[in-house]
Order: sequence, then structure tokens, then C-alpha cells
Amino acid sequence: MKYGLAWILIIATAILLGAGWVQAGGMKIRAERSAATPEEAVRSFLADIQAHNWDHAYSMLDHSHDVQQADFVREIAGSDGSLRTYSSLQSYEIWPVHAESGRATLRVRMNWSSAVGSLDDVRDLSLVQDGNVWKVIWPKPNLANVPLQVLPVNYLRWDLIGRRSDDWGTGSVDTPQVRIISMNAVERPDGLVILGEVENEDTVPAYLNVSATLLKTDGSPLAQQDTFDAIAHSLLPKQVSPYRIDFPGYRLKDVKSVRMDARPLLVPASADPVIAAENQNIEKDALGRSILKGSIVNQSGQVVNIAQVLGAFYDTNGKVVWVANGYVDQALMPQAPVPFALDIPPDVASRIHSYHVVVNHYSAPSA
Amino acid sequence: MHRILTPCIVLAVGLLAFAQDDVLHAPKTVTAGNSVSISTSGQGSATFYLLGPSRVAKRSVQLGQDITIAANDVASSGIYQAIACSSSCSSTVFQVLPAAPARLSFLLHPSRVPVSNGNAINATAFVFDRYRNTVLSSAKVDFHITLPDGPTMTRAGQTSRGITWFEMGSTPKQGRLQIVASIADANEPRVIQQVASDACHLHMTASPSGRTVKLETDPIRDCAGNPLPDGTIVSFTKIDNAGRSTVDTPIKKDKASAQFQLSGNARISVACGVALGNELSVGGGQ
Repeated sequence: MKYGLAWILIIATAILLGAGWVQAGGMKIRAERSAATPEEAVRSFLADIQAHNWDHAYSMLDHSHDVQQADFVREIAGSDGSLRTYSSLQSYEIWPVHAESGRATLRVRMNWSSAVGSLDDVRDLSLVQDGNVWKVIWPKPNLANVPLQVLPVNYLRWDLIGRRSDDWGTGSVDTPQVRIISMNAVERPDGLVILGEVENEDTVPAYLNVSATLLKTDGSPLAQQDTFDAIAHSLLPKQVSPYRIDFPGYRLKDVKSVRMDARPLLVPASADPVIAAENQNIEKDALGRSILKGSIVNQSGQVVNIAQVLGAFYDTNGKVVWVANGYVDQALMPQAPVPFALDIPPDVASRIHSYHVVVNHYSAPSA
Repeated sequence: MHRILTPCIVLAVGLLAFAQDDVLHAPKTVTAGNSVSISTSGQGSATFYLLGPSRVAKRSVQLGQDITIAANDVASSGIYQAIACSSSCSSTVFQVLPAAPARLSFLLHPSRVPVSNGNAINATAFVFDRYRNTVLSSAKVDFHITLPDGPTMTRAGQTSRGITWFEMGSTPKQGRLQIVASIADANEPRVIQQVASDACHLHMTASPSGRTVKLETDPIRDCAGNPLPDGTIVSFTKIDNAGRSTVDTPIKKDKASAQFQLSGNARISVACGVALGNELSVGGGQ
């Protein structure tokens, strides 16, 4: 009786603490920390990645593949100003693929929120049982290992000098001559898409934006959009870029015609870097989607921080039937191939006869 | 300008309401920049107003004496109104005509043009006098055209309401095309760059070496034989067992080159803009 009130207070405090822990997601965290099953292990692993808890995530790897923690973090968190360095893991989904005694394979779809929108990364993760816990078998990161060398780079660059004269007619330089060489209006389940290709016909570089205006039967405008990032904005002389303009929610039957407008600007530019797109093939990915896979290689000497791949897909008549674009979340180190993949709608994939890939790039100014 | 002209016009209309018989006598036309003398009749002092297109002046004058208007006061062409007011007002109107042609504004468009392009160049000249009045009477403007390969020719244009223009095609040779518009002592030079047109007879050769193939084009020229400028993009495409590979590479020293890894037999094509080149079949991997 002497300590009765004290015991009541201690028990009540413990109950309240427990309730707070459950309320704060303690059960979920505990489940994520647990690695008693393959799914729990992967969930815990991805939760650590999401929380940038690299030490714990690394401790959940099976170390038989000699993966260095620095390499692992570099692959997951990005480096060299790549798109991944501006991204964070927003959400993930996990599906079991295969399981047998002591080994399992799970498919994960990681959704990264990045500076250019959300990016999906689908991977099959293999796991191995190690005592009471499951460990993730992480493939050794294939980081570029280019031997030290001197790479002479002598590509052109174009500079703009001087200023416009105030005297009428004395000092103007024309904007570059560009031409929309094809345009196709395609109806998709979620709206209308205008796509095609545009060429810089001039001998100077152009910074280009293409816009489209849907016109109603009475000739009045229905909607206007521009390409946003579905185009290579900087076009060198005679360079051709695909473009795509999305009109979500609009139907082809409501449109009488489309007015196209290409607005070029004269800008300084460099012909460096040259980026090749190699070994492109249309395949099915782990989720059964049609994708154009390949690798891009920075053939120049400077690091390309963010690369974007644009693909124009043609039917047997050479008509552009789809334009896809996707970002590569790794930086392009000189001479090192980096994989890319572009989604192709299933109904379009069956009609594709040919395709052409263009690589767009963004590099931070060098010091 | 409106803030000045509007009250002046109101004032002029008000003064004219009290206008008496003509006491001012001005010439009907005057050349811009020349002083003008207006004779007056009557006696006593009066206030003199001069209302022009871009100028208003006011001063005291003695009636019966000539009023001299300085050259600067009649520099702008147009209709002028002279008003003299004492006990009542009197007015006269005269026209100031543009002086002799002395200045040119010259527009030459575009600043770059592909070679052998008919009527692609437009030259327009506007003729002004030394006071920047548009010379409306017909005047002859000479256009001295210097072609990229050296020869010079002259073309004359007669102005109509101060403007003359002509069109011409670009020549087959790329380079600097200069046109100088001249009238009196005024010369206005402008330059157009004639640039190579689309690639013509685009041709590449392949040098396989083991599992790689080096590709190089012949010097890339347009149909008139002008080399395409360095930096122009040439696309190489290879299709083999590994799939399709493409590289957009700029021309360097008239040629473009690329290198591919081979996986079995490959078909390789080349294009520059919308101009397609030859296609090669290369056996690799052996």
C-alpha cells in the first residue's frame, strides 16, 4: 500500500509510452528492421535507403560479392552531379518472384522523386538466408574504370559576340532556320499527343522550343502546349530531334487542325560532348512492358552530369508513331557505357519498324 | 509631344477665330533646313507664332518688317502655320519639303542564306535628307554588290515615296556577300553570309579492324561543291546482332568520323540532316 501509488504511476507511464510507440509507427519500423523473411529483409533494406541510413543498409548485404560500402552508396545515392544526387526514394513496391531453400528473388519497383519528375527503377533482388536473417545479394557496382589518359578534344564551339546596334537595320543577325520535318497527331487513352521531328537547317546552333495549338472546327484555339522536356532543345547544325507535345484529356474528334510553331533562338553552343547510343534493342522488361534498351557512351573528355535519351519510333512508312524520352540517373563518365531504357506503349510496339535515338545532355559549368 | 501640340493647336484655332485680313505673306514651299522670310504688313508690335510638325516657336515681331525664320526652325518637313497677333490675329500656311537625299537606312535580309536559293535575299533602302526627313520625291539608289568570288556589280533602284527594294538569289559559291547602298555621299554597307546548303553525294568508307570498324566520310559538300561547315552534325547508324547503335558526330575538317564495335555482320548508314548517304555491309567479329 505504501508503494501502491508509485506502481500505478509507473505502469500508467509504461502503457502511455507503449501507446505512443505504436502510434508513431514503431510496429512498422520494427517490421522494417526485421529480416526474418525475404520480404521483411527487402522492406527493411529499402526503408534504410529511403532514410539514407547507409550503414544499416550496407549491413544487410551479403558480402560474398565484395561490394565496398563507398561503391554501394555511390550507386544508390549517385555521384558527380548525376540526376540521382537530386533524387530521393519516394516509395517502393515488392513482389515475390522465386523462392527455394535458403534463396529467394523479389522484384522491387523503386519510385524516385527527382528534379525532373518521378523515375521508376525496377530490379530483381536476390536474397540468401544467413542464419536467422536474409541478406540482399547486391551485384558489384559496375563503376567506370577508365585508365588515366589524355583525350584531345577539339570540337567546335560557337560564341555570340558584340551587341545589337541601336541603329535600325544595322546590326541584326537572324535567328536560326529550323524546320518541322514531320508531325503526327496520335490519340492515346489519356489524351492527344502531337509528335514528330524537327531539324536545324542552319549552319549555327539553335535553342528551340516547339509548341502546338489545337484548333476547333470554327478555327478558334482549343488548347496550347509546348514540348517542355520532350525535345532536344539545343540543336547543332543539321541535327534532328524528335519532339512530343501532350494534351491530356483532349480527343482527336474535337480537333479540326493543329497549328505548329517552332521558335528558335541563336545561342552559344559547343559540339562537345559527343554521346553515342549503342546496342539498342526493343525488349520486354521484368514487368512485361516493351522497352527500348541500350547504353550511351560519352565519347568526350568531360563528365556529363545528366543525360536524357529521346527516341523517335517509325512505322513501315517512315512515319513517326511515337516519341519516348527518359532520363539516365547516372552521370556519364568519359568512355564509360551507361544503360538506358525507354518505355514504349504496347499498342505502338507492334507497329514499330525502325527508330532513332538522340541524347540530350546537361553539364554543370566547369570551374 | 502631344502635351505641347494639343494646347498649341487649341491656341491656334482660338487665335484664328479672331483673325483679321492677311498681314502675313510666306512662300508656298520651302526646302527643309533653309531659312525663310515672311513679309508682314501693318504697324506696331505683334506676337508671332510658328507651328510646325515637330516644333513650336513664339517671339515678338514688328509688323511691316520681314520675319526671318531660322533654318533650324524649319528642319522637319511638313505643313507649317505662321500666326501674328496684335489687336487681332492673322495667319498663313506654308509647306517645308525634304532637302536633297543625304542619308540611307538599309535593310538586308536574311543575314545568312543557303547558296543557290532563288530570290532569297531582300534589300530595302529608305532615303532621307540630312534632317532625317523621308525624301518622297524619286531618287536613285545604287546597290554595289560584291560576290564571294570577287566580281562586283551595281544595280540601281529608283525610290517610290522614299523606298526602293530588290530581291536576288544567292549565288552558288558560299562566302561573304556584301551589298553597299549608296546615294549622294551616303554609303551603307551590309553583309550576308552565304552558307553551304544540304549535303550532297554523302559517302563514307569503313575500315574494319578486328571487332571494331572505323567510319569516315569523304569531304562533305553540298551540290554546288561548298564544304559544309565544321560542327554540322552527321548521324551514323549501325545495325548488327547487338542491336542498333547511333552516334551524332560533328564534322571536323570537312569530314565526320565514328567508331563502332561489331557483333557479326553489320549494316551501317550515314545521314546529314535529311540527306541520306551510302549504306555499307561490314562483316565483323571474325
